[in-house]
Amino acid sequence: MKSFIEKCCEQCWHTEENPCELFVACCSDGPLCHTDEKCSSKFKNLNHELKFIHHELPVIFIGMGTCGLASGADKVKKAIEAELEKNKIEALIVPTGCIGYCAKEPIVDIKLPGKDRVSYCEIFPKDVPMLIETALLKKTVFEKKLLGIHGNENAAAAKISDIPFFKNQLRVVLENCGIINPSSLDAFLVHGGFKALDKVLRLMSPDQIVEEVKKSGLRGRGGGGFPTGIKWEIALKKDAPQKFIICNADEGDPGAFMDRSVLESDPFRLIEGMIIGAYAIGAMQGYIYCRAEYPLAIQRLNDAIDQCKKYSLLGKNILGSDFDFDLKVKKGAGAFVCGEETALIASIEGKRGMPRPRPPFPSDSGLWKRPTVINNVETFANIAPVINRGANWFASIGTEKSKGTKVFALSGKISLSGLVEVPMGVSLRDVVFKIGGGIPNQKKFKAVQIGGPSGGCLPNSVLDTKVDYESLKEVGAMMGSGGFVVMDEDTCMVDIAKFFLTFIQNESCGKCVPCREGTKRMLEIIERIPVSYSIKGVKTDQLLRFKGIVHLQRLADVIKDTSLCGLGQSAPNPVLSGLKYFKDEYEEHLFERSCEAKVCKEILTFEIDPELCNGCGLCIKKCPAEAIYGDKKQPHQIIELKCAKCGMCLENCRFGAVSVN
Amino acid sequence: MKSKILEHYPPNDRSNLIALLQDVQEIYGYLPENDLRAIAEYLNISMSSIYGVATFYNQFRLTPLGKNIIRVCRGTACHVKSSANILTALETELGIKSGETTRDKNFTLETVACIGACSIAPVININEDYYGRATIKEIPKILAKYRKSESSKIESEKLVEKQ
Repeated sequence: MKSFIEKCCEQCWHTEENPCELFVACCSDGPLCHTDEKCSSKFKNLNHELKFIHHELPVIFIGMGTCGLASGADKVKKAIEAELEKNKIEALIVPTGCIGYCAKEPIVDIKLPGKDRVSYCEIFPKDVPMLIETALLKKTVFEKKLLGIHGNENAAAAKISDIPFFKNQLRVVLENCGIINPSSLDAFLVHGGFKALDKVLRLMSPDQIVEEVKKSGLRGRGGGGFPTGIKWEIALKKDAPQKFIICNADEGDPGAFMDRSVLESDPFRLIEGMIIGAYAIGAMQGYIYCRAEYPLAIQRLNDAIDQCKKYSLLGKNILGSDFDFDLKVKKGAGAFVCGEETALIASIEGKRGMPRPRPPFPSDSGLWKRPTVINNVETFANIAPVINRGANWFASIGTEKSKGTKVFALSGKISLSGLVEVPMGVSLRDVVFKIGGGIPNQKKFKAVQIGGPSGGCLPNSVLDTKVDYESLKEVGAMMGSGGFVVMDEDTCMVDIAKFFLTFIQNESCGKCVPCREGTKRMLEIIERIPVSYSIKGVKTDQLLRFKGIVHLQRLADVIKDTSLCGLGQSAPNPVLSGLKYFKDEYEEHLFERSCEAKVCKEILTFEIDPELCNGCGLCIKKCPAEAIYGDKKQPHQIIELKCAKCGMCLENCRFGAVSVN
Repeated sequence: MKSKILEHYPPNDRSNLIALLQDVQEIYGYLPENDLRAIAEYLNISMSSIYGVATFYNQFRLTPLGKNIIRVCRGTACHVKSSANILTALETELGIKSGETTRDKNFTLETVACIGACSIAPVININEDYYGRATIKEIPKILAKYRKSESSKIESEKLVEKQ
């Protein structure tokens, strides 16, 4: 027996056409329909093999999510295969998803028979021969690249769970990520997969499920924070010939990547959550709307759906019940606004992805005017734990109004970037400094941007804010989908505001005036802050700039109040939070015409220090504006009028002769 | 070819329009007008609504692309780690602006809102390869890989011709 879909003996009859209702329970404690010593040992062995409790060959796990691949995981895999071939070692290579410790990718785990799983980080092809020699031939620990040990056999070496990055996390959604093989349904089954589905199909009515989800206090993880149970209840009570369930995997927020990681590292968990949701509201068709920028996630989802069909976990008569459910992946086409639920529905219908006014809410009238429930990836990934461990357990984590955990994607100027899952109620400071390891290169912390283009930048003074929907809103940010971009003193807040406005303005669908025209005007004002638009020496310049800021504030309020959808309503947030917390920085740009972070190029001047320049000519070659001149081996000079202020000379100079002021 | 793509989808069902366009673009790299007409006929919708959809989504384009597509991530994390400079460097190196194609049709330069690999920002993506923690200095080296494959292919073709 190599897989649970194979028959243990002739007595087993579970197939796609003829599903057995005890299939999931059978996987862990099988066989249940008959007693046979031989069969139960077959099941036991398969369980142990899949959990890697007993195995003969050494097992090598390689983290192969998008971030792992971008760091060179596939080259490492090839190097390992070549090295194994060379040394004539037989080993099993298991690709896993991403454990979330992206700063230290590529991560390779090695488990020898009868030993604990040892995790190594930053393994590049050149380290592979050493790694294989120490870990597989000498059978010791390759100390140089050791990350930690899963389990507790070797007390001398650090345990994974003791590393600060992991120690302060509580992993519910991410528990399997980076641990199991995401392309194997068998691996998911032995790690407790589909137990929740089994439970609801056999023991719970749709009302009971909705009640349980309501009691757990789970709220939408896409940003809005609407209680999931109530959303489901509305759809359940609606009497309609057809209902739909949709998973919003159009993770368009720049700076957020937790949904991608769940899709790539644990796709079955999402599918299980969706089937439970469909059963609860009575939907027979579901869609996963995933953005096209995540090709690996789409591929893994399609694979996962095919496997589920084969195991009768999707399709007709799921697990022998009278419940039918089919799931399809719909590829997005690169429009940020399609993350808004009504726009997403329009996109699935094959139209331009433009939002429409609500009500009616999709739970009343959604896809093809049928009741539709739309939830985010992380929300669905939370459903199985809620059912398995109970609503009370889930409700015991977090704060009064926000329950459970939240996954954040740490990135930007932070030492340990990656995915972290923390219980609600943890302070932002803990996330940045305790888990993320603070700011690299001894720089000073300036701000953290939470919630993507709809969120805000929070400075040091409010860093003790707790992670929950209400507290974040109070300080001018929002939970959003979980982007967590840290900024240090080299980041200019005016430039960040400009960045987000450019993004919003590009992504505005153009349907309503406040968003389409308003964000354009806001961007124009922000763009003019650093630009000089009057004759030198005349002071009206500053006054006009200041007037611009007053307009900006008014415009922001109008856009907030009058836009049609969430994109427009939250579009001014990055600017408003910037004006609130970083007023001095705006004033510095306005009145002193200087940018301390040296980002706003219009204000900067580049100079070459003749003492340091040895006239190598590299900057002349690299300058796109042909603004540098000078003879060979003679100090060069920059012509200020021609200079495009791109900073290429600064980046390329090997002698540090270029300076910015 | 077109009919083969169409076969995968039921006729007169508008909901498959985006998937159809994606399939066509996968083959040609852009959306040729003739194919769009065929799709309009097959799904029984007007050409103008197809044009509306094709121009709404960032993914679709109506003009052919270069052989290698370079996507520079302009997400927040990449921006904070100065991806704007990476873009400028690529623009200088290739002599084109973002959204354009080089004259030899070898490279197309694009920006993308977020690739989702923020932890290794700044990221550039060329065809199927991802380059994390990219620096300006390594850009010529990265580009050379794609140039080389081009010229070496031509060379090998020439060799074949000679033989």
